[in-house]
Amino acid sequence: MAEIIRIKKGLDIPLSGKPSSEVTADNKTTLFAICPDDFPGHIWKSVVKPGDSVVAGQPLLKDKATGRIVLASPVSGKVEEVRRGERRHIEFISVSKDSDKAPEKRALPRDREQIRNIILESGLWAMIRQRPYDIIPDPDNVPRDIFVTAFDSAPLAGDILDESVLRWMEIGFKNLIMLTSGGIYLGVKAGTDIKSKYSKVYEFDGPHPAGNVGTQIAAIKPVNKGETVWTLDAATVAKIGRLCEEGVYDFSTRVAITGPEVKNPRIVSTHMGASIDTLLDGELKTENDIRIISGNVLTGIKVKKDGFLRFPYRQITVIDEGANADEFMGWASLSPKKYSVKRSFPAFLRGLSKPFDFDARIKGGHRAMILSGEYDKVFPFDIYPEYLLKAIMAGDIDRMEKLGIYEVAPEDFALPEFVDTSKIELQKIVREGLDNLRKELS
Amino acid sequence: MKGLKKKIDSVKPQFEKGGKFSKLHSVFDGFYTFLFTPNETSGSGVHIHDSNDSKRTMIMVVIALLPCCLFGMWNVGLQHALATGDADHSLFHLFFYGFWTVLPQILTAYIVGLGIEFIVAQIRGHEIQEGFLVSGILIPMICPVSTPCWMLAVAVAFAVIFAKEVFGGTGYNFLNVALVTRAFLFFAYPSKMSGDHVFVSLGDTAAVDGFSGATPLGQLAASSGPAEVLGVTGDPLSYADMFFGLYPGSWGETSTFCILIGLVILLATGIASWRIIIPAAAGGFFMSLLAHSLASPIYPVTFLSPLEQLSLGGFAFAIVFMATDPVTACRTNTGKYIYGFLIGAIAIIIRCYNTGYPEGAMLAVLLMNCFAPLIDYCVVNANINRRLKRVVIKN
Repeated sequence: MAEIIRIKKGLDIPLSGKPSSEVTADNKTTLFAICPDDFPGHIWKSVVKPGDSVVAGQPLLKDKATGRIVLASPVSGKVEEVRRGERRHIEFISVSKDSDKAPEKRALPRDREQIRNIILESGLWAMIRQRPYDIIPDPDNVPRDIFVTAFDSAPLAGDILDESVLRWMEIGFKNLIMLTSGGIYLGVKAGTDIKSKYSKVYEFDGPHPAGNVGTQIAAIKPVNKGETVWTLDAATVAKIGRLCEEGVYDFSTRVAITGPEVKNPRIVSTHMGASIDTLLDGELKTENDIRIISGNVLTGIKVKKDGFLRFPYRQITVIDEGANADEFMGWASLSPKKYSVKRSFPAFLRGLSKPFDFDARIKGGHRAMILSGEYDKVFPFDIYPEYLLKAIMAGDIDRMEKLGIYEVAPEDFALPEFVDTSKIELQKIVREGLDNLRKELS
Repeated sequence: MKGLKKKIDSVKPQFEKGGKFSKLHSVFDGFYTFLFTPNETSGSGVHIHDSNDSKRTMIMVVIALLPCCLFGMWNVGLQHALATGDADHSLFHLFFYGFWTVLPQILTAYIVGLGIEFIVAQIRGHEIQEGFLVSGILIPMICPVSTPCWMLAVAVAFAVIFAKEVFGGTGYNFLNVALVTRAFLFFAYPSKMSGDHVFVSLGDTAAVDGFSGATPLGQLAASSGPAEVLGVTGDPLSYADMFFGLYPGSWGETSTFCILIGLVILLATGIASWRIIIPAAAGGFFMSLLAHSLASPIYPVTFLSPLEQLSLGGFAFAIVFMATDPVTACRTNTGKYIYGFLIGAIAIIIRCYNTGYPEGAMLAVLLMNCFAPLIDYCVVNANINRRLKRVVIKN
């Protein structure tokens, strides 16, 4: 029996637009793209030009420093565009799919060295993250442990465990275990019956962020100063399994199309980096004044209609932007449509677990931290979030270390940011703190 | 409302940088966000937010204060009627007497306090913050009804400038602004802040025979042994009178019953922390019990039973509305228990054993405000040590 861990602190935000379990195939999309901004910690260099022919799995970008970590094309076709922004920073490289040509099979790995190399060359390495710093790990580093989450507890997220993941996951563990000096820890939703020889399974029960790998690490074996752990999701593990067993990198992904502004929320099976335009074609209730988020409402990235599905390629949420709401005396509102964990709005009378249509307004002014204990209620770590945030804002490296910055990633501060009465941008602060720390200590 | 919004939007440029009224930018912005919730949408991080903001939070506290405030006005009228022998005890008569008596104080506190906040916000280029909405109503409620407005104005100005704005404004002060105002009055104008004549508004009418305007705690402090607590006309006060607050005192804080209504609102909305209030009540109860069991005529207040201690004076008001001010209280959960308990215990210690001060709640909260950062420091350090130990064990 797997050990059961109960997460008490947290919150399941009752956003409307939950996806049905119906899965439809996306046959329309032909344009796919990789956005290097999704892969923090490196500067990326393009290795293709517009017009080049590529096959799925062929590198589009390499990291500038070592050239060992690559980002691969998810489909076979022609490079459409290398879009650059300010100071020639690459925003995305798009590929139009013109064939279903499968990539050449790679040689199967036999030892630790070869396993690492095949993951690096295939582009799957970029899907792994390390703590501290929440960046792509250094290939020469041997992590203390590897933590894998097999469920996404964020608002409206779809399931990670499907047939293909279940089929290849164990083989993935078998290969990954060679890369760590410790063990692999798998976090699954309570009640999931999974047996694993190569990983230690923990069942997690409770509200979001129970599915966040950071929460799981904190509950199983927290990261200490000087230690490194790797984190990834079960879908990536399965892809590594298949890569090492069959020599094929599978770029397919299941995307939950969700949110209050989607007509028929459901799961679509497509490839990584699919164009939003075709994915959402005919799916929206309205085209005006909406916000399309690649990912969930807590940690996702705001994308335009002509944008692309972004890492981790699992979910799209569409909500009302609300920029023209012009709400009169909102602070005095008695509307039952306004959600607050504080029960200071009458909505709690109708039950706070029923779905609400949220919009993107921050619904208040920016203030200093006034109320105390707000963050702690949704932050299941043995860390004082307020004090850590203040240490980050003050740039006090020594105190950040002491207060546990090595254990956290920006996503762990998403729920505190949601409930914050003072509307402070906590994830941004943590991201900047981690980047500063890395710069100072390297 | 669209029309109003359009109209305001059309004059908005005049209040922005370079506009005719740019010196009033903060004031304009304050009123604008008061009328219309800002349409700002999230730029980074989470895409949706909880509807609760700082304005709503402050308004909920003001709502929680309303029962005490309205009752207090009525009680001012009642004490006046009893003291002057006015036979008309109708609800409206008493209420409006109290209302007109305390209105100048409320207006003074708001005009002076908000005026300073507006000026400081404009100088700093900040948005106007709503912290003073609560302080402004709290301040008159914890002062004697006969406090002259000019004194109040001086005290409010002192507190807002030196207890709050010099530290950076709302969210950065380490002392409770309302209590600093009260403490300033208490130490600067002691004769107007205690005694037999300040807690009952007589107006122009003469008092009846046997009138005594001393608060129950004031009477006890002046007595020499177990004494009965009397109302303004010389009749003894029952426990119910004490609980419902039918006695003279700082006008907003006498009714424990109304304070409990406020408490329910604050706890139900999750704005005040039970982690402070319950330990504070426990600390007060425990200390009163101890003092009562060691009662001595040298310290006559010790003869009060724990329940009477909790119901009389400003104790209940202080632990519900003052100790829970999140900015000046402890911010860690463990710290809150310690902070709350000590406020309760110290308030009763001062009340019982320092006969110079009939009420100790104000000083207890201010004292613990000073110690709150230290308590938090210790709690956070325990967390740091726990983290360090983890590394040591591994090595």
